[in-house]
Amino acid sequence: MTAFQAGAEFGDGRREEAHGGRPEAVLGHADPAAKRIIVGYGFWIFLLSDIIMFSAFFATYAVLSGETAGGPSGKDLFDLHNVAIETACLLLSSFTCGLAAIGARAHRDLMYYGGMAATCVLGLGFLGLEIHEFVGLINQGAGPTRSAFLSSFFTLVGCHGVHVTLGILWLLTMIAQVFAKGYRADILRRVLCFALFWHTLDIIWVAIFTVVYLFGAGA
Amino acid sequence: MSSSSDFEALRSTDHAPGDEPADHHEIAEGIVGYLIGLGLAVLLTAVSFFIAGTSLVWHPSIPIALVVLAIAQIGVHLVFFLHITTGPDNVNNVLALAFGVLIVFLIIVGSLWIMYNMNQNMGPMPMPMG
Repeated sequence: MTAFQAGAEFGDGRREEAHGGRPEAVLGHADPAAKRIIVGYGFWIFLLSDIIMFSAFFATYAVLSGETAGGPSGKDLFDLHNVAIETACLLLSSFTCGLAAIGARAHRDLMYYGGMAATCVLGLGFLGLEIHEFVGLINQGAGPTRSAFLSSFFTLVGCHGVHVTLGILWLLTMIAQVFAKGYRADILRRVLCFALFWHTLDIIWVAIFTVVYLFGAGA
Repeated sequence: MSSSSDFEALRSTDHAPGDEPADHHEIAEGIVGYLIGLGLAVLLTAVSFFIAGTSLVWHPSIPIALVVLAIAQIGVHLVFFLHITTGPDNVNNVLALAFGVLIVFLIIVGSLWIMYNMNQNMGPMPMPMG
């Protein structure tokens, strides 16, 4: 059995005992695998509802993006170099998060902890750049109270930033839980949900850098 | 085979969103999948940033090109990072996604359509004098 198949047993000792660890023998016995599928599917539904919430913020931004009330527009405010570095951070963190997910399933400590640590550092780098941008905007009088455009901008991008912050807290929790409890089936399900959450944040960021920054700076 | 064990067998071949594809047994295969996804995503992002700032492209085509590139990149993320595919084990995930995309489309296009019409049809309102 390869390392990855061993990981695909999801650390469920009971199943290994009952079926001698043969993957094909467990197909009829869906319990542990089915639970992972149900948890993943349920979390996928939650993420889709989260995306629908973001779509309302996107619609608000799209309607209000021209309403600058005589104040600065996106063209005056957005720094695309900053946005490019933020995008690079999130893209690379999606990759390292994928490595961590593989490491967790294969029970490889170095891959899991290394991947999670890299994801954490890249996520913090993204957050730092975003906070730096927001503080800069507020200091030049372009805070959320300046115009409808800026209100919707701070709501949409800030909501994504809050998600990233919560994601980093979750990430640290998952490092601690695997450290304390090992690669148990229930812990691995949480790692699966965390990875889904993190990749979804990256998808939302793709929409943000296109609709907000590239449209705003180019138009 | 009884119908309940048929159901169990069907269920066990479903695919959790975010999980590695069932035919990826080696760690290296999983890493290669993420590497391909990262490469495509970086390429699409770079093209997006390039055409947003260039004068080489016919200007009115830029927003459409940016939207197409973003949708392509979201597709790359879904396939290579979230492992949502067109396989038979993924039908539930894809159907949920399709419903989500429908709602997102209705919210965004509906809002823009309604607000555009209101801007067209309603003249400037007299400001209430205090």
